[in-house]
Amino acid sequence: MAKSDVKLLGAWTSPFAMRPRIALNIKSVDYEFQEEDWLVSKSELLLKSNPVHKKVPVLIHAGNPICESLIIVQYIDEVWSSGPSILPSDPYDRATARFWSAYIDDKWFPSMVAFLFAQEEDAKKAAIAQMEEGLVPLEEAFGKCSKGKAFFGGDRIGFLDIAFGCFLGWLRVIEKAGGIELLNETQTPSPLKWAERFSSDIAVKELLPDTDKLAEFRKKAQAKMTANN
Amino acid sequence: MGEVKLLGTRHSPYLHRVIWALKLKGIPYEFIEQDLDNKSPLLLQSNPVHKKIPVLIHGGNPIAESVIILEYIEEKWPQNPLLPSDPYEKAVARFWVKFADEKGLSISKVLQSSGEEQEKARKESLEMLEIIEEHAPGLGQKKFFGGDKIGMVDLTLGRLAHWMGVTEEVTGVKIMEAGKFPRLEAWMKNFKEDPVIKENLPEFKDTLAVMKRHRETLLASK
Repeated sequence: MAKSDVKLLGAWTSPFAMRPRIALNIKSVDYEFQEEDWLVSKSELLLKSNPVHKKVPVLIHAGNPICESLIIVQYIDEVWSSGPSILPSDPYDRATARFWSAYIDDKWFPSMVAFLFAQEEDAKKAAIAQMEEGLVPLEEAFGKCSKGKAFFGGDRIGFLDIAFGCFLGWLRVIEKAGGIELLNETQTPSPLKWAERFSSDIAVKELLPDTDKLAEFRKKAQAKMTANN
Repeated sequence: MGEVKLLGTRHSPYLHRVIWALKLKGIPYEFIEQDLDNKSPLLLQSNPVHKKIPVLIHGGNPIAESVIILEYIEEKWPQNPLLPSDPYEKAVARFWVKFADEKGLSISKVLQSSGEEQEKARKESLEMLEIIEEHAPGLGQKKFFGGDKIGMVDLTLGRLAHWMGVTEEVTGVKIMEAGKFPRLEAWMKNFKEDPVIKENLPEFKDTLAVMKRHRETLLASK
């Protein structure tokens, strides 16, 4: 398919925007990437393609815009069906992958946001405790989903790997800033080892942001948002 | 294929999404009513992470979260499809399912709060209605979001057809002004009149009594 047929609006700092990029890599699909510098402004194309949320990522395929990161990943899986599968084939396994992805987005991600925006030490400590606690169920989830294999998706990275793995960049920024190990040997040994394998995967490697660069960006973003308030 | 059990509470909008999907596809199931103040071992075992309803148990396998249950039902029983087959149209439908599911929570918040918090929830609910009225594709042109037949977006928005009215009456707070949302109002009428939906809605006065008690208990504990 021609490169110009597939365009992705994203941002290097956005874990959500990383998800469809990993999916496109898995399927070996060529695409045009448009970086949205959202701290500065949103492009006309983004506002037109996602009028409801005005957020990245947006996939534009043959002129059609698709929004919401995990919906885009499912779309990619369905359209490029000859490539390796991203979602499991069994409906119950699919439901399990969707369940844990929803858990990560709805239950765990807000505690990460809470930490990143916390001003007071108390608020930071509370957010860290919540993040740590929130990761514990993933140990059992990994066992159930991987069925003894290397990834949540089995032999290859799949839907849940993508849904969770995209946060590793920010996770490392937080671990460095807080002097802690969110994924650790005691409570989450399986996800800890999985994180290494995921980060080295060929579909992911180039996309994970450098921890120091991301920390720099965070400082810039915090300064800008404080100035705006 | 294994028997189907459904755990829920009688007046839950989330439960009804699943009931409607099962009824539309002609899937027999056993409803096992739950007491959320006294959670059953079956519920705790089937949904240990969230301990919430609805939970579908199929051949002993539990599936939680109503939208995820709908996707499972759609894949397991493809007759009378709830999603379009075209990948792009399916992605659009999923977008609106997610939107309706997430933003619909504001309506619950109107019921569960008072004062400033409630006013904020009312404004958010109104914004949700405005966005759907303006942006949802097919609205006004077809009978349902799903086209001529009810689909997953319709089921996820079903809250508007019964529970929004209950919330408005219990709280005295108006969310949807008559005449302001012509396309949505037309959809609500079509949805409520559909025989499967009509036959599978609780009595208004019964939901009213339950939600009234629920609100009173919540506000008393604050």
